[in-house]
Amino acid sequence: MSDKLLRVEHLHQYFPAGGFGKNKKFVQAVDDVSFYINRGETLGLVGESGCGKTTTGRSLLRLYEPTKGRIIYDDKILFDSGDVPVMNENGEDVLENGQPKFGKKTAVDMKPYRREMQIVFQDPYASLDPRMTVGDIVGEAIDIHHLAKDKKERYDKIQKLLQTVGLNSEHANRYPHEFSGGQRQRVGIARALAVDPKFIVCDEPISALDVSIQAQVVNMFEDLQAEMGLTYLFIAHDLSVVKHISNRIGVMYLGKLVELADSNELIFHNMHPYTRSLISAIPIADPKVARANKRIVLQGDVPSPLNPPSGCRFRTRCPYASEKCAAEVPKWKEVSKGHYTACHHLDKLN
Amino acid sequence: MGKYICKRLGMALVTVFVVATLTFFLMNMVPGGPFMSEKAVSPKAQAALEAKYGLDKPLFQQYLTYMKDALHGDFGDSLKQRGRTVSSIIATKFPVSARLGGLSVLVAFCIGVPLGCISALNRGKLTDNIIIVVATCGIAVPSFVICTVLMYTFSVKLGWLPSLGLTTWKHYILPVTALAFYPTAYITRLMRSSMLDVMGQDYMRTARAKGVNQFFVLFKHALRNAVLPVVTYLGPLLAYTVTGSFIVEKIFTIPGLGGEFIGSITNRDYTVIMGTTIFLATLMVFMNVVVDIVYKIIDPRIKLK
Repeated sequence: MSDKLLRVEHLHQYFPAGGFGKNKKFVQAVDDVSFYINRGETLGLVGESGCGKTTTGRSLLRLYEPTKGRIIYDDKILFDSGDVPVMNENGEDVLENGQPKFGKKTAVDMKPYRREMQIVFQDPYASLDPRMTVGDIVGEAIDIHHLAKDKKERYDKIQKLLQTVGLNSEHANRYPHEFSGGQRQRVGIARALAVDPKFIVCDEPISALDVSIQAQVVNMFEDLQAEMGLTYLFIAHDLSVVKHISNRIGVMYLGKLVELADSNELIFHNMHPYTRSLISAIPIADPKVARANKRIVLQGDVPSPLNPPSGCRFRTRCPYASEKCAAEVPKWKEVSKGHYTACHHLDKLN
Repeated sequence: MGKYICKRLGMALVTVFVVATLTFFLMNMVPGGPFMSEKAVSPKAQAALEAKYGLDKPLFQQYLTYMKDALHGDFGDSLKQRGRTVSSIIATKFPVSARLGGLSVLVAFCIGVPLGCISALNRGKLTDNIIIVVATCGIAVPSFVICTVLMYTFSVKLGWLPSLGLTTWKHYILPVTALAFYPTAYITRLMRSSMLDVMGQDYMRTARAKGVNQFFVLFKHALRNAVLPVVTYLGPLLAYTVTGSFIVEKIFTIPGLGGEFIGSITNRDYTVIMGTTIFLATLMVFMNVVVDIVYKIIDPRIKLK
């Protein structure tokens, strides 16, 4: 049993966006993203709006069928498009006679895995069926996977789940619209926990909530992890929250991972110019330090994922960009233990 | 709930009363009268007829008399169909129209809802395009064209189905088809758009993440949420359709209530106009109350106050 619970290799997710035949356009929402998540850890995923973090989370659960790539959960291949190179334990492509070795095309039935891999959605207002009581929303998952022998057991399970997430047992008979945002998100979490999952994708679970509630919910995620040994992929755009909850953090820009490292390493020894600019934007609660700190402000806007820049996708806004950046896609490489990044000009940065 | 229904029924009575009053005065403002015809009737005979039915009295007094009788359940005699009361006309003709109309609405619902779903599920594909084109035609083509085309093809050319009357089940096929055409097309389009709307909702994704299979996602989550606009449309549609269609009844020679509506107006048959209008208004108001209650049952977010 490997200590990597989930491995994502060369994940691509393109969405068709109009056009016919040769002119058919695709939004390159996720482009060649590879990472792994260890058992019991929290991997944070950050990036600005539209950079593909949510799509990554959904594609690896196969809520969207990936365009290309391989997803390995608990050493079982859930999806393999058959045209991306196999990776070894160290995250390098396996070569066979000098050519990259491809996997076998696979797409397993996800139903048994839905029990193990769950997701908490961003919008607690829209992600609950308005016609079902909270008890049924939580109970539906129990029914589908036959987790309760009889009505009584089902009822007890629902009650227990609601209590776990800090709701009262009488809430089971109410409808989602009768709850506040924070309470609804708790319902969403109870729903995800109903099947005793091992792995949960937290898809910006707190960004629709009030700041006062955010802290409660984040702490709840941490408590649940400690109690049940859960593994999280925590997606957010708020770096200070991600910093708090994650063991490791990945930074995405325009569909690509640009840097991934341990939380502290990423905060204090980051390498990629984009990460640097993001980190410098975290507000600091001490005005003296804040004044001394220089913010790196990026110029221009994020290019369209319909027609991303050639080579390094960040080059249009990067202060260090050179001709090489336009010509060549920078390689994803390990710069120190567990610290990965993709940039041509790491030497200039240090 | 009980209190709400009582309140709604009370308001319904007021609505019917207002409709009756307006119709009564409007109808009398239209020139002409029930006893005018091309054949010259002697002034004496006309005066005698008017006196018999109380039409010589001042309008307001006529109104009071009519309302008093109506409240006692007496809608008067028909002025043109001698010897028949308005109640008996409605009682004999309504069941015919109701059977025909009820069947049509049933057919429209049973075909429209699945077609709309199929269309939404195959969005942008050939099936979807075909369904949309047919549905748009169904809304645009007037019923007399559909009636004539159906009659010409199936009765005249192919000789499969009878063209008039309403005696065997075969007689029902053509008029029901003609009547159901428009509502089917309308429900298809309504269902398609609301289904597309619901399928884009986040809770559909939640259901799939739970591991619910595709079929149940559609039936349990999508259909239940998407059918609401159709229910809204179904109430008034039912009220209109069961009271008959003038055109379809005329073309297929069916003795229904629809013909009576138009006939009574051209004949200035005052009592029949009043009777049929009050009947339709009551039915309409009642259906609206029913729709509101059904709404509450399908959508728990709606609170009836």
